[in-house]
This record gives sequence, C-alpha cells and structure tokens, in this order.
Amino acid sequence: MTDLLQLPLLLSLTLGERLALMGVVLFVLLTSVAYTVYAERKIAAAIQNRIGPNRVGFDLIPQLGFLKGLAGLGQPIADVLKLLFKEDVVPSASNGFYHLLAPMISLFAALTTIAVVPVAAGLVIADVDIGVLYILAITSLGVYGLTLAGWASNSKYSLLGGLRSSAQMISYEIAMGLSVVSVVVIADSLSMTKIVESQTANPLYWNCFRNFLGFICFVVASFAECNRAPFDLPEAEQELVGGYNTEYGSMKFALFFLAEYANMIVASTVIATLFLGGYQVPFWSDAPWWLQVGAFVTKTLFMMFVFIWVRWTIPRFKYNQLMDLGWRKLLPLALFNLLLIAMGVLIFEA
Amino acid sequence: METVSFILFSFLGALVMVGSIGTVWSRNPVTSALFLVLNFFALGGIYLLLEAQFIAVVQVIVYAGAIMVLFLFTIMLLNLDDEQALKEKFDLQKGFGILLGGVLLVEVLYILGLKINLPQKSTTLTPVEIGEAKNIGRELITNFLFPFEIVSILLLLAVVGAIVLAKKNFSPNT
Repeated sequence: MTDLLQLPLLLSLTLGERLALMGVVLFVLLTSVAYTVYAERKIAAAIQNRIGPNRVGFDLIPQLGFLKGLAGLGQPIADVLKLLFKEDVVPSASNGFYHLLAPMISLFAALTTIAVVPVAAGLVIADVDIGVLYILAITSLGVYGLTLAGWASNSKYSLLGGLRSSAQMISYEIAMGLSVVSVVVIADSLSMTKIVESQTANPLYWNCFRNFLGFICFVVASFAECNRAPFDLPEAEQELVGGYNTEYGSMKFALFFLAEYANMIVASTVIATLFLGGYQVPFWSDAPWWLQVGAFVTKTLFMMFVFIWVRWTIPRFKYNQLMDLGWRKLLPLALFNLLLIAMGVLIFEA
Repeated sequence: METVSFILFSFLGALVMVGSIGTVWSRNPVTSALFLVLNFFALGGIYLLLEAQFIAVVQVIVYAGAIMVLFLFTIMLLNLDDEQALKEKFDLQKGFGILLGGVLLVEVLYILGLKINLPQKSTTLTPVEIGEAKNIGRELITNFLFPFEIVSILLLLAVVGAIVLAKKNFSPNT
C-alpha cells in the first residue's frame, strides 16, 4: 500500500481499472455540481454584500443534529429533492420526443468530455492519441441539446434562446480551435497526457505563460461555449424569460442545470490541463499520484472560482458586441498567436 | 477481439443504415437533419474501427458538429414545418438524382461483381500509424500538396461566393 501511494503512477490501466476510475470521476463530478451551485450562491452573495443561503442544515437526520443550519450546507440537497418531486409539465404544443431528448444530449456532452482528461500521470479514463480533438468534437455536439430544446418547446423565447446558443457556439468554436492548435504546436502531440508532460513541473513552462495569448483566447472562448456570463445571452432573463429552458420544469430542467454546471467544471479541468500544467506539482516532477491529483483539483477549483467571479462582476454583452468580439477580435488574435507560437517553436527548436 | 469488432461493426453499420433511411424517409425536416447527424456519428465510429482515429474525430467535428448545426439552424430559422412548401416545381433535380444514384449503383455492382483487385498501396506503416494525425499531415503537405492546395482554393472560393451572395450591393459604408 505504501508503495502504491509513493510511486508515480505511469503504468497503463486495465479495462476494469478504467471503468472504476470512470465511476469515481463521474461520482465526484455529479456531486460537485451540487456544491458548485452552493459555492456560486455563496460567492455571489459575498460579491453583492449579502449572506447567501444559510438556513438549510441536516435537521431531518437526528445523528447529524450538530450540523443544524451549518452555513446552509444542506441547501443543494434540498434543491435537488424539490426538483425531483415536482410535476413534469410538457407543453401541449411542444414536440414531446425532442423535448425529452434535448436535456439528455446536453448532459451527455457535458459528461463524456471528462474521459480524456488525465487526473494524474497515467490516471486517465481513456488515454487516446487525439484527446484534444475528441474534446473539440464532443463540445461541438453539445450545441444540439440547447438548439433542440429551443425548437421542441415551440415557444418564441425558447427558439430565440436556442438560435442564440448555436450561433454563439459556432462562432467561438473557431477561436477555441485555433488556440488549441497553438497548444498542440508547442506540445507536438494531440494527446492530453503528452501536452501535460510537455509543460514540465516548472510553472514558468506552463502554457499560461509560454502561450499567454492562447490562454486568454481559450478561456474567453470556453466562457462562451459554456453559456456563462458575460456570454449568457441564450438565457438572458430580461429578454427571453429563461431562454432555451423556458418551457422546462422539474427533473428535465434539473438536467439542463446539471449540464451547465458540469460543463463549467469540465471546462475548468480542460483549461487546467491545457494551460495550467494539469497534474504537474510545481518543482516536483515525480510527485506521488495523490499529490498530482491534489494539484489537478486545486487548479480546477481555481478556474471554477474564476468562472463564478467573472459571472458576478461583469455585465452581459449585447448580441452585436458578442459577435464582434468573437469574429473580429478573438479570431484575429488567435490567428496572430498561432503565427507567433509557430515562429517561436521554429526558432527555439532549430 | 474479432467478435468484439464484428459486433461493433454490425451495430454501427445498422445505425448508419437507420440514419440514412431516416434522413430520406422522415417528413419533418428537423427529424431528417437529426437522422443525418446520427449517420455521421455512426460513420465516425466505423472509421474508429478501421483505426483511423483522426478521420473519425474530424468527421464528427466537421460534419456532425459544424455543418449539421448550421443546417439545423437554417431549418429552424425558416421554420420549415410544412414539407409541401419545399416541393420542387420541376423534376430536373429528381432526374439528375436518379442518374447519379444509378451511376453509383453500377460502379458498386461492377466492383462487387467482377471482384476487381482494388489498388493496394504498399507501405511500411501499420494501420494505426496511417491513422495518426502526424502521418496524415505529413502526407498532405508533401505527396499530396497540390490536391490539398486545390481543395483549399475551392473552399476559399466558396467562402467568397457566399459573401458575394449575402452582400448583393457593395457600398463602401456597409
């Protein structure tokens, strides 16, 4: 056991171990969604000088009585229970099958991306050679969930929300893809593990410093891909009621909610992997695997905090500003960065 | 391993067939488009079975992820619920379709029936290596540079054409 805790885990996993890892990763992801919502409400409250949720404890279970009202930590569980017991209302004018399919696609896309993200050296559900492309492929499928939700609801607000989300995702995918290319050029590989290895344990070699412009482009584009503020036009309350999820209630709404937060967490893990050195522990290249997992989780939590922080401090864009930023600022910037990186690689490698 | 890949191939092949038949058969344009997405997705899976991971993923990114989203976008924006509204006025297109389909059918039957030896390219690479992005990229910009550039120019022309069509009257201020 001590050997297992100290060796850097570099051997490839068997199928059973991969499945076990998948179970663990999905469990952590799904439970952390609930507490990300809680964290978001608490951080938002702090930013707006409020208290935030502070009532729901674990009063119902006598053994946990000492947790009564503990900083509202029971709030996420109460919210989930409430959504579970609500009536599932399907609008009579909607297209029932697609109405049901849309949240499923959203959640599918959010949860399958995590498969290629390495949580420690060698500890990855599927270490495919084209990991980065796989991530781009799956995120580009996620847009069907929102678009279909908008169409199937047969409501003008939903349709506008769905159309906005698809236009936005197509536009920002290009800048995102180009900044990923710059990362691939530096790492000389499409595999996520090799990209992390190429960043070494020295924080100065992490891509957020070596490839600063690419980092900025990727982070902005992933905000847009996650439909998070300041890019949350698909669900702009003031104009579109709830956007694509206007006609959704109970568990189906919960699935969208789950997908949105799972997307945010997965985007944080991808940013951490591509730009913040992934599982690399600073200045310790062969750290034990549990420390690497710790480093990875810390970086992910930091990026999640940035996501929440930005949402509650920056106002929403107008639609023309969104398109202008995507096509006329971010895209040229990403192209310029790619040129710069390619030249840098040529000069330093020669 | 053989049986696993056979089962996977049967499953994906069935999906491809369901997808293509559904695309042609369904009355609703959105359903039609989604069947096409299913088709592309399953086709990507078949590429994966052939060890061509790069092509598989590119298939999903380009066709399922980008082109079909635009299709769906257009269908929803135009709200094409009524199939009758789409009916062609003249049958030239239909005739051309039958002609093209017939040519393809004859080709396939020719190859199957005469058991022609398909051109075998000799290579020292294993199938997995051929499928790698690095090798595909190297081939594209060395041995196949000319066709590659021609295709790029074709795509560029399509983009320029789209802009010309969208912006019918050019004025310096717009």
